[in-house]
Amino acid sequence: MIDALLHLFWILIFPGFVFTLVIGLVASWVVRKVSAKVQYRVGPPFLQPFYDIMKLLGKETLVPKDAQRTLFMSAPLIGMAGVLLLATMLWRISLAPERLFVGDIIVAIYLMVLPSLALILGSSASASPHASVGAAREMKMVMGYELPLVLAFVVIVIKTGGTLSLAAISSNVTVLSISGFLAFAVALLCMQAKLGFVPFDIPEAETELASGVLMEYSGALLAIWQMMQAMMLIALPLFLVMVFLGGFGPNVWAGIGKLVLILVIIILIKNTNPRVRIDQAMKFFWQYCTLALVVAIALAIIGTSTGLSWL
Amino acid sequence: MKKSPWVFHVNTGACNNCDIEIVDLLTPRCDVERLGVKLVGSPRHADALLVTGIGTRQAMPRLLEVYRQTPKPCVVFLIGACACGTGIFKDAYHGAGPIDNVLKQEDPNAIIAYVPGCPPKPEAMISGVVKALSTL
Repeated sequence: MIDALLHLFWILIFPGFVFTLVIGLVASWVVRKVSAKVQYRVGPPFLQPFYDIMKLLGKETLVPKDAQRTLFMSAPLIGMAGVLLLATMLWRISLAPERLFVGDIIVAIYLMVLPSLALILGSSASASPHASVGAAREMKMVMGYELPLVLAFVVIVIKTGGTLSLAAISSNVTVLSISGFLAFAVALLCMQAKLGFVPFDIPEAETELASGVLMEYSGALLAIWQMMQAMMLIALPLFLVMVFLGGFGPNVWAGIGKLVLILVIIILIKNTNPRVRIDQAMKFFWQYCTLALVVAIALAIIGTSTGLSWL
Repeated sequence: MKKSPWVFHVNTGACNNCDIEIVDLLTPRCDVERLGVKLVGSPRHADALLVTGIGTRQAMPRLLEVYRQTPKPCVVFLIGACACGTGIFKDAYHGAGPIDNVLKQEDPNAIIAYVPGCPPKPEAMISGVVKALSTL
């Protein structure tokens, strides 16, 4: 009984929902503020993301007449559940790695696909032409970036001697080698696409698709999507920190520094690039990123078999 | 709602002057994001509609459709002399009547705020938005 309550506490309050949500909203404020600074603007006040969520929760929720009602309402919850599990798992592993936990990198990869899947489901259930174009693009994007992302993790698994446990992987700083750096750069770009940021915000494309996949959502359901994106803004950089930069703990300040570093790189890429077309994005991920990773995998295999750890 | 009004821009046959002034709001000089205002692409996300133009016969049914799609509570801002009271196009053959009358027929409880001018300055729009939201 106590054990079950403790698990519930982990998921709902401390490393899980409330904690990640609050830091995620702060992170989304950082995104907006840094973007504003880049454009010589003042930017929103610190509590702006919280105001937005509170306002959306208090508004009317409209469901389109032709929409597939059940799917439309449940898709945000599916996505939210995926991110919530991912965030809880990652925080648990990085804060208490000595506890026995099946921290499989495969589970994390699966959980990371859930939000995109929920977006596709929700937008195709909303019976809106804009949203369906957005869903089609999101599907292509998922196919585009999943391959290089998985290959990047394969590089790391080879470099750390075939272990699939995140706790073991996060005890090595794998970015300090040629293949590790290549994998890190590609994984960072894939995260950019996963977060739906420029240059890979093709499914949302505000100017042409009018926010595409989220077009028909309003009120509380939109608030859930926003919360999900805010939590992803923490969970995905945290995952990168664990896989490439040697983990979050035990020094918490170093961990926060690494997290902010990745966040700032992502924001700067977001602010200095135009949006690409869907075919350009696919070509970029499948040709250039995959090629770079094939080289990285070869280097990693040579490096581990000859004992040259810098390769 | 007072702290984060998201706006959706509807042009109902304006000459584009008011629209350009609305875009001016988002430039670094005025930067309405510091007040929490965000331009959104879908009326379903909006809290406020920025309506410009006289409301032509072609545009009026679309405006009402957009108004029905906006989750309530929402505020309708009529930007510019044309939207406030048809301006120099009074009694024109292509107008469908002043926008506020038609909106009141559609929804008697519609919250309507007026920002007159031809075109109104961005400062005037900010002041209008602040005044309207502080009375809510």
